[in-house]
Amino acid sequence: MNCPIPFSDSDCVLLSHGGGGRMTHQLISRIFYPAFRNPLLEQDHDGCVFTVDAGRMAYSTDSFVVDPIFFPGGDIGDLAVNGTVNDLACCGATPLYLTAGFILEEGLPLKDLERIVQSMKRAADKAGVQIVAGDTKVVERGKCDKLFINTSGVGIVLPGIYIAPSLAKEGDVVICSGAIGTHGITILSARESLGFETNLRSDTASLNNMISELFNYIDEIHVLRDPTRGGVSGTLNEIAQAANAEIILDEASLPIPEEVQAASDILGLDPLYVANEGLVLVILPEKEAGKALSVMQRFAEGKQATVIGHVSSCGKALVKMKTIYGNYRVIDMLSGEQLPRIC
Amino acid sequence: MKYIDEYRNKEQVQALIRAIRQTVTRTWHIMEICGGQTHAIARYRLEDMLPPEIQLLHGPGCPVCVTPVEIIDQALTLARRPDVIFTSFGDMMRVPGSKKDLLQVKAKGGDIRMLYSPLDAVTLAEENPDKEVVFFAIGFETTAPVHLMALKEAIRKGLNNFTLLTSLFTVPPAIEAILSDKGCKVDGFLTAGHVCAITGNGAYRQLAERYKTPMVVTGFEPVDLLYGIYRCICQLEAGIYNVENAYKRAVPEHGNIPACILMDEMLESCDIEWRGIGVIPNSGKQLRTAFKKYSSREKFKFLPKEIRISSECIAGEIMKGRKQPRDCPYFGTTCHPEHPIGAPMVSSEGVCAAYYKYK
Repeated sequence: MNCPIPFSDSDCVLLSHGGGGRMTHQLISRIFYPAFRNPLLEQDHDGCVFTVDAGRMAYSTDSFVVDPIFFPGGDIGDLAVNGTVNDLACCGATPLYLTAGFILEEGLPLKDLERIVQSMKRAADKAGVQIVAGDTKVVERGKCDKLFINTSGVGIVLPGIYIAPSLAKEGDVVICSGAIGTHGITILSARESLGFETNLRSDTASLNNMISELFNYIDEIHVLRDPTRGGVSGTLNEIAQAANAEIILDEASLPIPEEVQAASDILGLDPLYVANEGLVLVILPEKEAGKALSVMQRFAEGKQATVIGHVSSCGKALVKMKTIYGNYRVIDMLSGEQLPRIC
Repeated sequence: MKYIDEYRNKEQVQALIRAIRQTVTRTWHIMEICGGQTHAIARYRLEDMLPPEIQLLHGPGCPVCVTPVEIIDQALTLARRPDVIFTSFGDMMRVPGSKKDLLQVKAKGGDIRMLYSPLDAVTLAEENPDKEVVFFAIGFETTAPVHLMALKEAIRKGLNNFTLLTSLFTVPPAIEAILSDKGCKVDGFLTAGHVCAITGNGAYRQLAERYKTPMVVTGFEPVDLLYGIYRCICQLEAGIYNVENAYKRAVPEHGNIPACILMDEMLESCDIEWRGIGVIPNSGKQLRTAFKKYSSREKFKFLPKEIRISSECIAGEIMKGRKQPRDCPYFGTTCHPEHPIGAPMVSSEGVCAAYYKYK
């Protein structure tokens, strides 16, 4: 029996786009398939079946709810792909396949969805990963904020690669791949209510190509972590705890852009706690640092790579900073969220 | 960064430390009034660099910390009302009232918006004529004119759904309360530069004279703070007690005259409780009778209420300069930023929170 209802020419997401019927198929065939098309996706199955070489795998998931969904330097789409790609790469894995789950708010303009999906495609192509399964749900207006995306991904960990936060050792140095705090401050200044503008762009980027090149040249890498939520401080505190080690940062060497520092000063935030989306902290023996820096600096994402600190001792989990005046202060985990100051 | 880097400059800091060392001959207790100064002192570990003779005491100048529980509870009551959009600066969100805080009320469905400017609250009132928009107007003389400017704008636009829940404090009566206290240890004050940028230095001259205590108008960067301390020590060592402006790039002698006129026009003095310290006569500001209809307290008919809170901590002693955070048995143990017992652990500029963060 033919459906009497014609294909929708709606320019925005409707509840029926999530109903599992024609409208859902229309959405998939017009927006998702053209962007993500690959043989594994086109198995048209409940899931995706693929073969991998025997060995170790990494598996990670992340959800993205950023507001606003478009911001200078990126959007929620490339953020969602890069986030999971980077989590896999920081496990020492070569990312292979991603899944993407979309929760769409009724009324979301289809052109926005299309723009985001295209940006996911570009990010996946750059990272060399395929999106092989997906899901779409539509919720009533007000039940989510425009759209939320979950991505999960798998990757292969090559033999001989062992990366874990617990492996940080005394004598290691901490390399930061680029400018600190740009994503978080970009998002804050892109929100309408802030009332000031910056020229900053989010640093969102996939780091797996740079990390894979590091593995080609460096024999001993102990820790790789992308300092997203909680910022550089939160991530280093997690590493210090996992390794039961003391990490000392050198304030004078922190690559904090002037605009990030200025905006942070105005708002009462500390750039060390601000989120990053295209940054990696590499912890490795000091003798490997020079080579690692020259490898990283060949990539756009690693151009500003620099040593920002070292692991000073083991036995006590602590992150400290040597200030520009030569004294030391503790860099603690954040309590709750950073809240802007009144004065 | 211009106007920042030169005031964080390492050589300048070291030169000032040397000058302070060469000048000081005995122990002096110096109190910085403002929470922003306390935060910077803790953040840059300035106390580690100062000679042991200089003892810094940390004053009550954090409006978030000293806003009394009764007013926080009024805020929570308003924020729960379905007809209210409650608006506030970010750092009031986590301040505990007698039972809850604004973040918890927001999670339960209260329409609470975190704003960066009170003018945004006026816009909200304009856009939501069927709602009552309340702005949580807390602060010292520094922020009061900003709140009043927003209220003026609301009046100009003829809005009848915009009110201020005020919790406004003034600094000089608090300094007087500290100086007239029998156990007062303070030898000299670093007054809050940004407050003086509004009010000027007049009120401090009378205090310096009456209590024979030097007062140095001081900024917020390491070089500013050390220069303020140095000038204060110079006066103390010479046995003089003047008001001295060590923050000239921001503070004109007579302050910001249009802002003072605005405050005089719209505000009158009142007694107010400082959380952790108690009521200080004439240390508060409230809307004058002509503007009472824009007071949330009047519009929603709150009656004064006595609220008892357990006083397990020594917040009052700390903010009067009698004790240091580390003297408190609860500091860092049962009292920490996730679970503040006393006012100074509440805001990032509270002395206990600053010392906890940069311990």
